[in-house]
Amino acid sequence: MNTQRRNRLVATVFLLGGTAITAALVLTALEENVNLFYPPERVVNGDAPTGVTIRAGGMVVCGSVAHDASGLGVSFVLTDYQGSDFMVRHVGILPDLFREGQGILVTGQLDSGRVFRASEVLAKHDENYMPPEMAGIGIEAEACDPPDSTEPAFAS
Amino acid sequence: MGRLAAFAHRLGSPRWFFDITGPWLVVLSVIGIALVTVGSVWGLVFAPEDYQQGNSFRIIYVHVPTAHLAEALYLAMGAAGVVLLVWRMKLADMFIAVTAPVGMAITGVALLTGAIWGKPTWGAWWVWDARTTSVLVLFFLYVGLMALRQAIPAREQAGRAVAVLAVVGTVNVPIIKYSVDWWLTLHQPSSFSLTEPPTMPAQMWLPLLVNVVGFYCLVAAVVLAGLRNEILERESGTAWVRDWLARKLRGSVA
Repeated sequence: MNTQRRNRLVATVFLLGGTAITAALVLTALEENVNLFYPPERVVNGDAPTGVTIRAGGMVVCGSVAHDASGLGVSFVLTDYQGSDFMVRHVGILPDLFREGQGILVTGQLDSGRVFRASEVLAKHDENYMPPEMAGIGIEAEACDPPDSTEPAFAS
Repeated sequence: MGRLAAFAHRLGSPRWFFDITGPWLVVLSVIGIALVTVGSVWGLVFAPEDYQQGNSFRIIYVHVPTAHLAEALYLAMGAAGVVLLVWRMKLADMFIAVTAPVGMAITGVALLTGAIWGKPTWGAWWVWDARTTSVLVLFFLYVGLMALRQAIPAREQAGRAVAVLAVVGTVNVPIIKYSVDWWLTLHQPSSFSLTEPPTMPAQMWLPLLVNVVGFYCLVAAVVLAGLRNEILERESGTAWVRDWLARKLRGSVA
């Protein structure tokens, strides 16, 4: 390789390397801010601010979903299965994928009692797909089986 | 000179590239159309629905191939950018010029199918999480490559400026790929990896694999066709193009 080309190659490698380092530094500095939502642990330990609109997420605790006797009101508990859980209160339509044992994101505000007043509820599905006959008959029951020891989707 | 070096050397000649790629175009198109037809009918009609998402899940058969290609095309352009900046190979510049609009369109389809998938499953068309946002950045990078080329009148300077952007932009590709692992996102992690078995049964991932390969072939054919047009246009003053045109008009070449 002649000198001119080698110099251009070195310059190009520096260009790419410099950009990569810059991007890495920026993203490291932004770290927490790039996360879309607060995991249960950070809601419980007080990292999540009260009184401002934020997003939080967790798995719906089995048996925690309580619909109001009338109207669209519902409350449920979100957890990371590692000891952190918080109560959510929502009035409105729930996504089709909402069910017990499902990963859920909520947008809204933490009130002074650290109950999450959600204005929007989104369902987070995982990367596993299977036909209904493989999932078995008791889908609800299956989703509520004890999960793997960790729940990486919601661990901070 | 090794075979690879000899091949790289020959690539320096757009005419040689034009001559050998005529048959490739036919082969890639035929294979691509066949695979995408088989994979799509298989995936959309015969593959089972998902236990949780029902039929909404089937958009995976378009979403994953296009999203995968959106990243792969950008990496290919980045590699071409290095070749242009270091070796000043004309063909690399033509490749970037032709691939940018194709990549933009494919990224657009990936974003659109993602939104259509998001509405019934997540409950929202769009969420600003790390995955969706970084793919949107990829889309704007493609647009930026096209705009930058238009903004600089001198072809050679334009080519080099675009190559710099192509190289710099490749930094975004690993960010897209690992965004779902590095940060908390609404988008789920990848269903496929080189080290782990797929997270779905074969009756679901086989048609997806067929479609991914088919989309790659189809897009390669589109890029190749564009590249051949670009070569004819840029070399239009040369004897070999006039020769080729004359033979084409007589009907003696395909």
